Amino acid sequence: MTSAAEPRAATAAPAQAPRGAAARALRAQALPYLLLAPSLIFLAVLFAVPFVQTVLLSVTDGGRLSLANYAKMAGDLNFTLSVRNTFALVLTVIPVQIVLALGMAMMLQKLRFARDIVLWIWTIPLAVSDLAAGLAWFAILQDSGYLNSVLYSVGAISDPQAWLSYETPSTLFLGIAAAEIWRATAIVLVILVAGVQLIPREYGEAAEVFGATPWQRFCRITLPLLKPSLQTALILRTVLAFEVFAVVYALGGRNFPVLVGEAFVWQHENQDYGVAAAYAVLVMAVSLAATVVYLRALRVPREQQS
Amino acid sequence: MIAARRLVFATGVVALCAWVLLPIYLIALGALGGRAAVYQWPKSFLPVDASLSTLGAFLAVEGIWHALINSVIAATLCMVFSIALGAPAGYALARFQFRGQSAYRLLIMLTRAFPLAMLALPLTVSFIRLGLYDRPLGVALVHTALALPFAVLISSSLFMGIPRELEEAAWVFGCSRLEAFRKIVLPLALPGIAAAAIFAFVISWNEVFAASVLTVRERTLTAYLLTVLSESPVHFRLAGGLLLIVPSVAFIFAVRRYLFAMWGIANR
Repeated sequence: MTSAAEPRAATAAPAQAPRGAAARALRAQALPYLLLAPSLIFLAVLFAVPFVQTVLLSVTDGGRLSLANYAKMAGDLNFTLSVRNTFALVLTVIPVQIVLALGMAMMLQKLRFARDIVLWIWTIPLAVSDLAAGLAWFAILQDSGYLNSVLYSVGAISDPQAWLSYETPSTLFLGIAAAEIWRATAIVLVILVAGVQLIPREYGEAAEVFGATPWQRFCRITLPLLKPSLQTALILRTVLAFEVFAVVYALGGRNFPVLVGEAFVWQHENQDYGVAAAYAVLVMAVSLAATVVYLRALRVPREQQS
Repeated sequence: MIAARRLVFATGVVALCAWVLLPIYLIALGALGGRAAVYQWPKSFLPVDASLSTLGAFLAVEGIWHALINSVIAATLCMVFSIALGAPAGYALARFQFRGQSAYRLLIMLTRAFPLAMLALPLTVSFIRLGLYDRPLGVALVHTALALPFAVLISSSLFMGIPRELEEAAWVFGCSRLEAFRKIVLPLALPGIAAAAIFAFVISWNEVFAASVLTVRERTLTAYLLTVLSESPVHFRLAGGLLLIVPSVAFIFAVRRYLFAMWGIANR
């Protein structure tokens, strides 16, 4: 922009014009910053300020610096349980989602007809709220729900079975994991499909000419070139998975404590903002650590970046 | 051999479609099944006497309409804010080379790595002080923080798709920058901007945590459902779930073409 405006100002401008031209060039230079400013200010106010506030809130107690909130959090009955549950969910759900979405993206590439409609169906859960997803799976798994109806009609059970009670923690866990996998695989799929579209077809064709099997082509060409997309998908999904809350609440209520759920309870019911903030900081720290790990582990080579 | 492999492939595709569609079908069945279906055991998988009576009864519950309207207000405000703040930034990213561009992009992506709990909790205190607590406007502001990065990314990929030459031609013919934007770029970008707006709407419509923390009486639909969940009968929960699902799925269907543009850009 500036390179086009400056020479014109230097050569074509008559005696009194330079000031106007210079002002115009300056304005053209400032324009992108003016356009970015509103969004930057907004994000600063709604991200930076609450971030600092949360950290402060978590390390103060009655106006003095103290770790009392963290001690209270760690001493709570549900704390260990919620940490364990959240990590178990993340570690179960994310690998399944990545493998499933990779498989779906590869299937879409091979699909010769009805590709658009299949792609649309597979991305439907993207639009579904986590609360609604939890409720849909609740329809299936509740005592007089559809899973029990099927089991009954094939003769596997004679009475409704409870799957989601606190007495059946393992099936409750599986139900929540299934609902999470059902709901959030779509976003991974969308990111991977967008990434696959950026890979030039010639690479795969060349490998085929040289006799690479489909599996070799997938491992040696598609997967390495998909690294930036995988990185984005993993970061986004992991951060959101550590925030899992509404799905859990819809299926198990309080029977399955998770980190953000505990933050919600401390904030909303116990009205103890300090402990809630401590939970939030913990979730944040875990998310950041995961992000750093992904950035390191899936480092994208310079030449592939732009 | 090839036929067998093709059959396996087709079965896989169909099975995955069923995996996605079945839960939605079943929640619809439960929500529309009428009084008989609620107490039926074992449940039928076919819509025997589907009726809107359960859904109607659900909508007649006190507070539902109010929550529904609050949800629409918050989502509409979120949509307006996201576009008003995001589209100019997207235009700047698409049309200018300037220092700090990549830093801004990084910042936008980084906001996605922030847990929402981190934002929503202290905002409760600030919002009470500012008179924004328990109002759809306050909820909309937090939701805008979620939706804005997407609005920036979608609109920047949109403006990149509109040839710069069209705009330059308009300048040559004497249009100012603003006029050229309004007469040439805007009409071409409008469908995509509408898509970005719809994404923002859906993000707000679906969000549970912040909406629940920041409201008490003026609840949005998600916040309302979350709080009454444990004391509601099963068919009401399902009706509420269906009510949440239908509009957002319809909206995303309308803008499905733009889904991929956003993520192709985000990774570059």
